Amino acid sequence: MRGLADIYSTLFRTDLAVQFQYRAAMVIWLIGRIVDTLVFLSVWTAVARSQGGQVGDFTSGDFAAYYIIMMMMGHLTFTWFMFEFEYRVRSGAFSPLLLQPLHPIHRDIATNISYKFLTLAVMLPTVGLMIWIFDPVFDPPAWAIWAAIPVILLAFLMRFFVEWALALVALWTTRTAAANQLYFAASLFFSGQMAPLSLLPEWLQTLAALLPFRWMLAFPTELLLGRLTPSEVLWGAAAQVMWLGLSWGILGAVWSRGIRRYSAVGS
Amino acid sequence: MNYLRLLWIFLRIGAMNELAYQANFWVQLLQSLLNLGVALAGLAVIFSHTEELGGWQPAELVALLGVFFLMSGLIGALIQPSMQRFMEDIRLGTLDFTLTKPEDAQVLVSIGEVRIWKFLDVVQGMALIAVALVEIGMRTGLAHAAGFALTLAAGAAIVYSFWLVLATTAFWFIRAENILVIFQAVYSAGKYPVAIYPRWLKLAMTFLVPVAFAVTVPSEALVGRLSPAVLGGALAMAGGMLVGARAFWLWGVRHYSGASA
Repeated sequence: MRGLADIYSTLFRTDLAVQFQYRAAMVIWLIGRIVDTLVFLSVWTAVARSQGGQVGDFTSGDFAAYYIIMMMMGHLTFTWFMFEFEYRVRSGAFSPLLLQPLHPIHRDIATNISYKFLTLAVMLPTVGLMIWIFDPVFDPPAWAIWAAIPVILLAFLMRFFVEWALALVALWTTRTAAANQLYFAASLFFSGQMAPLSLLPEWLQTLAALLPFRWMLAFPTELLLGRLTPSEVLWGAAAQVMWLGLSWGILGAVWSRGIRRYSAVGS
Repeated sequence: MNYLRLLWIFLRIGAMNELAYQANFWVQLLQSLLNLGVALAGLAVIFSHTEELGGWQPAELVALLGVFFLMSGLIGALIQPSMQRFMEDIRLGTLDFTLTKPEDAQVLVSIGEVRIWKFLDVVQGMALIAVALVEIGMRTGLAHAAGFALTLAAGAAIVYSFWLVLATTAFWFIRAENILVIFQAVYSAGKYPVAIYPRWLKLAMTFLVPVAFAVTVPSEALVGRLSPAVLGGALAMAGGMLVGARAFWLWGVRHYSGASA
């Protein structure tokens, strides 16, 4: 255990230094997330306005709070490995990672966390600015804020493992673009980014409860809005743990098979 | 005329290049249809809660979506690949080969690479526009069609000039591609009419990243709510940006000192 802690502290230090070189690029990549948030927030604000200020159980202020929190949740939990794995395999950049006496997932975890740590320097002022512009209604009970800490951590872990496991598909085929797009299309609706889940038709809400996406984003967001009861939170956390365990198991099985299949490009 | 011939040759080269990878056609078809499905499903969710969005009826928004896909197809097939290749040529120094050719280098650079499968988006966009126009029950007159054609051409010219200016900055900052990421992000906001956005964002989408001219204005012409002032503004902006981009390009080329210098 002590060995792993040392490794992580070294990885964090080198990663932070490496990523700090690309400050401008990092800020620019965040713009996509911020614009997406503004688009959906503007759409639903316009809908609320045309409906006399309220859609379902959301007022304009609720939408503002929902999307600002959703933006933070998206930032804290997202990964980019489904795109990067294809490149790693195609370019052979995967080979040196395999040579190290360390599972590549550790390096990816460290990179992901240090990237988010650095970019918080931009995200936090953006959130502040959006609170000032959009006037969100944010008044959750104290227990919800405390409960959000483990829930967000679980959301991060389960999303990380689900997406890392799916990214391994690249070991079999490097045509992953369309499959990735399908995943993100499903995520757009079922994780509550397109609209709060309570505004979707009934059957989509049922489907959303069965898929992993809701537990990555909508669940922590609704919790922080104070819209969930304690028992709903426990059930949600159970679903998160279930998906975490499932993806962990799949990852283990797929990894050992995929690695045997992988042969570097050019060999 | 000579330039049209050149464009035709580059289109043919692009087609031949991509015909070697026919599976890409199916991948692109799948991706285009997926984009379409997501966009339409999004509109379905929105219109299950309201009758209009920012003053646009559902069928009118489908027309706007059609224009959005049409323009994305043009950008994805012609403008973006050529500009990316141009920036890569600056970085590698291979732009020398283009500059020594006996044709205007701006023309060569602007049609340097064609991704024909992206034209699927153009086809998809036109189909959406047709469906929407039938749904609206529009009687299309000549003036109406001319307004759409003019604003669409102006929108394409503005987007092209915008990309050319950004790509030309690569003469000074080799890593300019990141700036183009901003374009992609802001362009995706054009799926909805700019009227719904807060004032400052509306201004940014009109003058900073010209999404309003590329998508919203042609769509307004299409559904018959284009005012002469907006038409005049779009044409003036297109002319101004073409001239400005040309001047900036010429200045940039003078700054370029080749691969080994």
